[in-house]
Amino acid sequence: MDRIPILKIGDTLVVTIQTDLQDQIAVSLQEDLSERIVETGARGVLIDITALEIVDTFIGRMLSTIASISRVLDADTVVVGMRPAVAITLVELGLSLKGIRTALDAEKGMALLSRLSTADDDQPDAPPARSAIGE
Amino acid sequence: MSLTREELTAVEELPIKGDADVVRVRQSMRSAAISAALSLVDQTKAVTAASELARNTLIHGGGGVAQIETVSAQGRRGVRAAFVDQGPGIADIDLALTDGFTTGTGLGLGLSGSRRLVDGFEIESVPGEGTRVVIHKWAR
Repeated sequence: MDRIPILKIGDTLVVTIQTDLQDQIAVSLQEDLSERIVETGARGVLIDITALEIVDTFIGRMLSTIASISRVLDADTVVVGMRPAVAITLVELGLSLKGIRTALDAEKGMALLSRLSTADDDQPDAPPARSAIGE
Repeated sequence: MSLTREELTAVEELPIKGDADVVRVRQSMRSAAISAALSLVDQTKAVTAASELARNTLIHGGGGVAQIETVSAQGRRGVRAAFVDQGPGIADIDLALTDGFTTGTGLGLGLSGSRRLVDGFEIESVPGEGTRVVIHKWAR
């Protein structure tokens, strides 16, 4: 069965989804990524979906699940490269991609991960700063 | 079932028996949407809806077929796709079309969400006999 390659760059695992994603390959990616995070002690996961022509509910849920698992394993996830047409469709479909951080491209995504990782190290126990308005 | 007389082109019929077939349905829907001159956003919406419905056919219907074709009516072009299974059927269609309603572990957005992505959405289901969903997406 095909698997999606996972690269390690510094403290970050990088995944570029280049195939028209089959459901089972997406499930394998969740498992492979979880193992690699633990194995490498990576602090960030960057998922590049530039090549994805659609994100449906299954793929959207897979991305949310990866972000949740990574969070539990002490790594942040950033999804980069979403096409405008995909973003429009996702919103109309009703998918909110809970818990997923996004950046426009890989470079901005790497910068975001590095900021997140520094913030985590500075204040390991502090809750994230948040406005009280509306809560 | 059809409200207007549609000029049909060759129908592509694809079996839906596994994950790889869902991908093939997406590809076929993309080709049809391109040949019907849908905009990129409308192509993406049509392909996403087809992906959801093909997966429903596979998971809830126990497999089935997709029939995809380009159509034209009243000078407009578009795509039409039917998803047919002989599965257990849907007991309460209104409930199944509610956002957040799910019989499985999904998000409950597949059916309701795909209806929002297309211009025409018809669903017929007979418990114990199967389900048929037909969608249309027209070029603007």
